[in-house]
Amino acid sequence: MQETPEHLDTSARLAAPDDFYEALIDAHQGLSTDESHALNARLVLLLANQIGTLPVLREALAAARDA
Amino acid sequence: MHIQELRSQRPPDFQKLVFDYVRHADQDAATPARHPVVIVGAGPVGLALAIDLAQQQVPVVLLDNDHRLSTGSRAICFSKRSLEIFDRLGCGEAMAAKGVSWKVGRVFLRGEEVYSFDLLPEDGHARPAFVNLQQYYVEGFLAERAAALPAIDVRWQNKVTGVEQKGDHALLTIATPDGPYQLQADWVAACDGSRSAMRQLLGQESHGRQFRDRFLIADVKMKVDFPAERWFWFDPDFHRNQSVLLHRQPDGVWRIDFQLGWDADPEVEKRPENIMPRVRALLDASPFKGAEVELEWASVYTFACQRMDAFRHGRVLFAGDSAHGVSPFGARGANSGLQDAENLAWKLAAVLRQQAPDALLDSYAREREMAADENIQNSTRATDFITPKSEISRLFRDAVLQLARKHDFARRMVNSGRLSVPATLHGSALNTGDADRFEGRMVPGAVAADAPVADGWLLRRLGATRFTALVFGEGEGAQASLRALAAAELPLQVERLPLDAAHALAAARYDAQDGTTYLLRPDQHVCARWRRPTAAALRAAHDRALARA
Repeated sequence: MQETPEHLDTSARLAAPDDFYEALIDAHQGLSTDESHALNARLVLLLANQIGTLPVLREALAAARDA
Repeated sequence: MHIQELRSQRPPDFQKLVFDYVRHADQDAATPARHPVVIVGAGPVGLALAIDLAQQQVPVVLLDNDHRLSTGSRAICFSKRSLEIFDRLGCGEAMAAKGVSWKVGRVFLRGEEVYSFDLLPEDGHARPAFVNLQQYYVEGFLAERAAALPAIDVRWQNKVTGVEQKGDHALLTIATPDGPYQLQADWVAACDGSRSAMRQLLGQESHGRQFRDRFLIADVKMKVDFPAERWFWFDPDFHRNQSVLLHRQPDGVWRIDFQLGWDADPEVEKRPENIMPRVRALLDASPFKGAEVELEWASVYTFACQRMDAFRHGRVLFAGDSAHGVSPFGARGANSGLQDAENLAWKLAAVLRQQAPDALLDSYAREREMAADENIQNSTRATDFITPKSEISRLFRDAVLQLARKHDFARRMVNSGRLSVPATLHGSALNTGDADRFEGRMVPGAVAADAPVADGWLLRRLGATRFTALVFGEGEGAQASLRALAAAELPLQVERLPLDAAHALAAARYDAQDGTTYLLRPDQHVCARWRRPTAAALRAAHDRALARA
């Protein structure tokens, strides 16, 4: 079993970052700004659950806030 | 009437009782009479504390500025722990028999169920997760029990108007219909509610958050067959953009709690002609369209999540709503107040009997301040979910609800109130840390879990007012533990539980082996446990639990 990472990993982990970026923008295609905000909120919740460790999420929240 | 008359006859309506003011000899005393304990406020917390103390042979003067029990249903959800406390106080059966038992909560978004929870998913407990019972019944049954205890001296229409802290007592000035008099009390328990006069007289205040939202409580009588469950709607079609809570009470009464928003006018909303269409809209969206409805009681409320910085001020100890306040979502008000009372009762008795230094009362404050923080945190989180305070908070709340339709992880974030469970007193100075390895929830500081035993229920076997040692098994280990208990010569009750099929649940809940010994405080919290205690370890843990260490 893989060990759960205890820290936020901000090294480049996506094999195809341009593919992800395109998919992210495509997901918002045709949505109003309000609908896009709602989608982003749902996305944050889904991804947070996927990460599943609070210390990592807290570091991510701090990193997002500090950017 | 006199409270003693409750012994012979249960009144048809506790809300209509009017207790007589009776002049007491203390009012004619040349110098203020001295009493070991004066309790201010005969609500659920004050009554429970008075009963607990009287059961420990501590005489109590109980003052109330009014002469009635609760008007209106007010607190309606009483937790399993509260029922266990009532059992210890000798009135649990009346409460459980009259109350509506429930354990399932359902959460709806618009018209669709998105989440449900079961508050007691396991069997083997004497009491249900919750009963719904109008506060006037709770106070009524407590008053009946108090009437049977001669050590309780209830004085109605006795309003405290002054408090002076004197080194070894407090001096109370009390207004009555016959004019003022004074009393000296070794200890004063201020159980006088959220607008506590005692708090104001001592120049104290509560700190926390006031929420800018209003809620309407409508208690309605109706012949419908909703199940005995807690139903909570976010944004229902019959009350758009707000929340609604539906709960069953005894006597065919239903509690409906409508969120109104901050701009609602309480006076306008309280009018029956404005309440009934809201109730009717709920019913019309249900299978009970057209059911007859009669309004029993209504109230519009706001709330704050706050507490006093310290629950002990010299000779005065604050308990219940006077000390802390929460939102109603989670039933953490009255239930935590009852836990305050039971935490305080045995400590006051021990200090008055000079078995413990008054530092034990500091542990009351510390433990219950911690518990209040836990309740406030749970209550604040629920409130932020139910009534989001910003656009972004609303956005995430709605995102959780939308995801909850399909995804389990989001259902667990849906927060319509996390319902009252007793605080585990982690880190209390009265606990003795584990020297041996244990699994499970019965850590030092936890409330002892109930379980079936050969002749009934485990919690009912515990000493009502004393420390109890629970010894598991019948083999060599148990014999050694019993020898250590005998050698320790402690004033406690010893209860033995064999490790057989009839006690399998108890053994599992306590992770018991032959010889496993738990030391329980009079309020049924675990204070220490061992696989094989020594007499010295038992004495040390007992001393520590009485703040003598």
